[in-house]
Amino acid sequence: MDTTTLWLTIVAIGIGTFALRFSFIGLSGRLALPEPLTRALRFVPAAVLSAIILPAALRMPEGGLDIALDNPRLIACVLAAGVAWATKSVLATLAVGMGALWALQALM
Amino acid sequence: MKPAFGDYVEGIRVMLPLLPGAVPFGMIAGAVAAEAKFGAAAGIGQSIVIYAGAAQLASTQLIAEAAPALIVVLTGLIINLRFAMYSASLAPHFAGLSLRRRAMLAYLMTDQSYALGITRYTADSEMTARAKARFYLGGAIAMWIVWLAATAAGFTLGSRVPPSWSLDFFVPLSFLALLVPGIRDRAAGLAAATGATVAVAASGLPFNLGLFLAAACGIAAGYFCETRWTPKKPQQGEH
Repeated sequence: MDTTTLWLTIVAIGIGTFALRFSFIGLSGRLALPEPLTRALRFVPAAVLSAIILPAALRMPEGGLDIALDNPRLIACVLAAGVAWATKSVLATLAVGMGALWALQALM
Repeated sequence: MKPAFGDYVEGIRVMLPLLPGAVPFGMIAGAVAAEAKFGAAAGIGQSIVIYAGAAQLASTQLIAEAAPALIVVLTGLIINLRFAMYSASLAPHFAGLSLRRRAMLAYLMTDQSYALGITRYTADSEMTARAKARFYLGGAIAMWIVWLAATAAGFTLGSRVPPSWSLDFFVPLSFLALLVPGIRDRAAGLAAATGATVAVAASGLPFNLGLFLAAACGIAAGYFCETRWTPKKPQQGEH
């Protein structure tokens, strides 16, 4: 891809991405969302974040997903989820998750 | 009443633990751009123009594979469609702010800034729109600076951090730390479980469509669970 096309591509993605981010925030006040929609929006964080987390946690360096139950990443994720639930602490979650992964990788 | 400055500081404070998660991700985005033979301006500039990690990674990957520009743009935008959902969710909280301020809030939207913002706004109904914006901006600007620095570092260093360190694991862990405390009832739990399951089952779909399908199924599951199992309001006839 030549430099001009590269920049045009980057700028097109940039403008489109801003339009997506600005869409409803830009319209606010002029567009009342119907009640079922606002009720459904409450589930956006849970549904989207979990859909990002699990495949990313199971992704193998070579590509593809490892769904075996002895996958160190899966075990580390479950431990980290437990810590997140019990402590609500981001730092503790990161420390336990990363520590568990490194320990399991060293052991296995 | 707290001084306005305090809201910014509070926003930065809650964002701080999430910043380390963005560093490896940003460095990977920068390193991949360097490997794809982007110049420094485009390699680092895309972090300003696009400012969305997953879309940057995917589009860089496609450009390296010599995909047509139109496919690259469409892929990037499909991955970022989730921002329209976040935008709809945040819009009522930012109503009444100036257009310029809302544009700035929109530009700085990330998974992290959205999750921190919506969690706080849901927990604290007393906050004014201006205070909500200040809280959001504090964290979001810190994230922007870290993202830019991390991509620049990744672009310069290339992929010198050995893959065996598994630093990419910081990304799902950061999101996990955002997700779990926000699940306070059965409906949200079901939405999360459904989203995760469908995402894994559909991970083979191209253009990150699996994420979209998973989000839609998760939202539907949560909504269905809530409307079915919580006491119904008086119905206003059939629709």
